[in-house]
Amino acid sequence: MADRETMTLNMGPQHPATHGVLRIELDLEGETVIEARPIVGYLHTGIEKNMEAKTYTQALTMTDRMDYLAPLSNNLVYVQAIEKLMEVEVPIRAEYIRIIMTELTRLNSHLVWLGTHALDIGAMSMLLYCFREREKITQMYEFVSGVRMMASYFRVGGLTNDVPEGFEARVKDILDTFPARIDEYEGLLTENKIWRNRTIGVGVISAEDAIDAGFSGPNLRGSGVAWDLRKSKPYSIYDKFDFIIAAGKNGDCYDRYLVRLEEMRQSLRIIRQALDGLPEGPTKSSDRKISPPTKYEVLTGMEQLIHHFKLVVHGFLPPVGDVYHSIESPKGEIGCYLVSDGSKKPYRVHFRPPSFVNISAFNKLVAGRMLADVIACIGSIDIVLGEIDR
Amino acid sequence: MTITEEKLKTSYSDKIVEMFTFRGDLNVVIQPQDMPEICRFLKTEPELKYNFLSCITAADYLGQREKRFEVVYVLFSIPNNYRVILKTRVNENEEIPTLTSLWGTANWQEREIFDMFGLKFSGHPNLKRILMDDDWVGYPQRKDFPLTYEVPNFSFNKDEQDYRREAPWRGDEWPTEKP
Repeated sequence: MADRETMTLNMGPQHPATHGVLRIELDLEGETVIEARPIVGYLHTGIEKNMEAKTYTQALTMTDRMDYLAPLSNNLVYVQAIEKLMEVEVPIRAEYIRIIMTELTRLNSHLVWLGTHALDIGAMSMLLYCFREREKITQMYEFVSGVRMMASYFRVGGLTNDVPEGFEARVKDILDTFPARIDEYEGLLTENKIWRNRTIGVGVISAEDAIDAGFSGPNLRGSGVAWDLRKSKPYSIYDKFDFIIAAGKNGDCYDRYLVRLEEMRQSLRIIRQALDGLPEGPTKSSDRKISPPTKYEVLTGMEQLIHHFKLVVHGFLPPVGDVYHSIESPKGEIGCYLVSDGSKKPYRVHFRPPSFVNISAFNKLVAGRMLADVIACIGSIDIVLGEIDR
Repeated sequence: MTITEEKLKTSYSDKIVEMFTFRGDLNVVIQPQDMPEICRFLKTEPELKYNFLSCITAADYLGQREKRFEVVYVLFSIPNNYRVILKTRVNENEEIPTLTSLWGTANWQEREIFDMFGLKFSGHPNLKRILMDDDWVGYPQRKDFPLTYEVPNFSFNKDEQDYRREAPWRGDEWPTEKP
């Protein structure tokens, strides 16, 4: 190395292309990256520790704040982990609405990914198009839960409340407009020469390396491993729906892009099927030790009033034990490891954050490539720092 | 009995401390020193192929168990769709062999456990803090680490400065100055 000169460049934590407060130490030789070392932790807020001091329902609101682009996926993995531990039966209508909302969440997350990823490598107008569609989804969140981003819409045993009137029409509206919009994005990017030059063959990772690095979700599927928890370990009622797993071949940024676009189309298919089959019925478990009664019941019945009071001030008590549950979030496998000591508060909660695992192998993607490809790769693996640092 | 249970019983019956199924997931408790060997077996055995390390995490059972910490490994078999949860129990000063030679993803996840619980993984290539500051004192996820007021590194607020001067934790355990 005597005649070579390497330079260490610090990228971030305040950098527009690092999607948050990610810092990367780059060893450069000229413009070629020798080694990239991601450094995380700038957004650490101790969510897991804080959750131990709250009741199960209170702690639910903190899960939204991890991956703030896919809040309902985080809700789902957390409530399903508790439901798995408590063996709660969820009403079928609630399951359908959960599916519709989590698939909308997937669209939401992928839209922000597409907009920012394209913005990073020069296609600036994409961001405006993507946020136009995303606005409809955040409005859907507001419509059902009252909050645009941190919806906290799911509860153990069902949902906070049934969807308001006009829900179907709004989802139909999204379903009608969306496919044409995805074609529009494809028209802008897929055959675009600059886009192809910036993404094809960039950030390549083989299937073996991707599995070794713990990649999951679209990043793993981009490398040709058609593994999706919705198919391989169907949770909720995903086994009722007909959809395909999009998989790439080369494991480069372009394949990951194509996989995510196809996933958006498949999500729309799932939403359409769920909307067609949406049954009538309750949206909360009838077990009053878990799920509070309706307002009318509380105001008219003594026992219901006691149940409501106990649930609100004390919460429910899961049995002693620990479970691991995982679902397919837009970023990959998000898992929840939950330990209960039989009290009203979780004894220990750990989330398996897909972004954290995906960024850990960042060096494999960029080593030996140009500095500009680092930007493309950060965008391509779709990280959210709130989830990495928790 | 699932095939994983069968295979483990025939090959490692003497090394398994405990084996039970809870809520549909097979849980296997083993000694920390057997961890790499059993993981290698699970990963390479042609009928199992647990090729994906989903998650490594830990929990602190302070005052409840003889061995204070339980480290949990979740393995997944992508070809077969099996999942197994491996557990190992250790005390503060005991070391666990690293799994970085089997799965690259173990690197950061083990670092997080070191950061949060102070558990050491022997043979780990880069065992240092990951989420907390390098000069942070204490391990936040331990049960004896209080969830209270965080000592800021500095403050321009007069009341804050006075408060810190009087604070009861000013001492060995909660340094107000960086070492």
